[in-house]
Amino acid sequence: MSETKKVQRPLSPHLQVYKLPLTALMSISHRITGTALMLGSILIIAFLVSAAYGETQYNFVMTMAGTLGGKIILFLWSAAVYYHMCNGIRHLFWDTGKYLEKDTAMRTNYVVLIFTVFFTALTWMYAAESFSFNM
Amino acid sequence: MKKDEFTAPLKSAKGYGSAHEGADHWIKQKLTAVANIPLVLWFIWSIIGLQGSTHAEFTQWLAQPHNSILMILLIISVIYHAKLGSQVVVEDYIAHEGFKTVKLLAQKLFFFAVAIAGIFSVLKIAFTAGM
Repeated sequence: MSETKKVQRPLSPHLQVYKLPLTALMSISHRITGTALMLGSILIIAFLVSAAYGETQYNFVMTMAGTLGGKIILFLWSAAVYYHMCNGIRHLFWDTGKYLEKDTAMRTNYVVLIFTVFFTALTWMYAAESFSFNM
Repeated sequence: MKKDEFTAPLKSAKGYGSAHEGADHWIKQKLTAVANIPLVLWFIWSIIGLQGSTHAEFTQWLAQPHNSILMILLIISVIYHAKLGSQVVVEDYIAHEGFKTVKLLAQKLFFFAVAIAGIFSVLKIAFTAGM
């Protein structure tokens, strides 16, 4: 009878004990931002409905949006939009069958992150400038 | 892009995959994804310009036909994309068949209602602004 030898095989990557590589973290972040953006879209529609009701309801929503909490939600919304958009564009490239190699995927992680930060910063700089101009 | 390119030969032969819907869901998700890019960028750019607007200023802006049309297209494309995305999340994470079915149907109705609420509001503002 042959002796079974215990071989050191790699263990299945289990979530609790496995440090996710950046590519995996960015993959789940696409879902997280996507789900968060569903809530964001519902808030935007709630805003449109409030505007349809009239001035009182519109002013209430605008006051809420102007508070610190409102601004934080708007900032997170914009960052989530740009992340989901940039990573989504990467998904469209992946759908053509290109850029799927491990090292290419790792490099494009940084491209997506840099563009997300860039577009978010650009938006808020433009928003701040346009706000002071309007006042 | 031909639909056949995304399905295995057997799936092409039968016309459906294991999800019994072929590449339909995938194609709709990609189509709305591409449409969302210019629409969402237009929306962000617009709301930055509308900062501090009064109700009258905002409704007059939205009542301009190109703004009403783009807003309705944005609502349809984004909510449809959200419906498709939430469907995949539920299919992936909820194992219980009964609960999954109920949740999928509820989400479908919910997103449909949200889209109708948004479209109706845009139309109401478009037809009554400045009156």
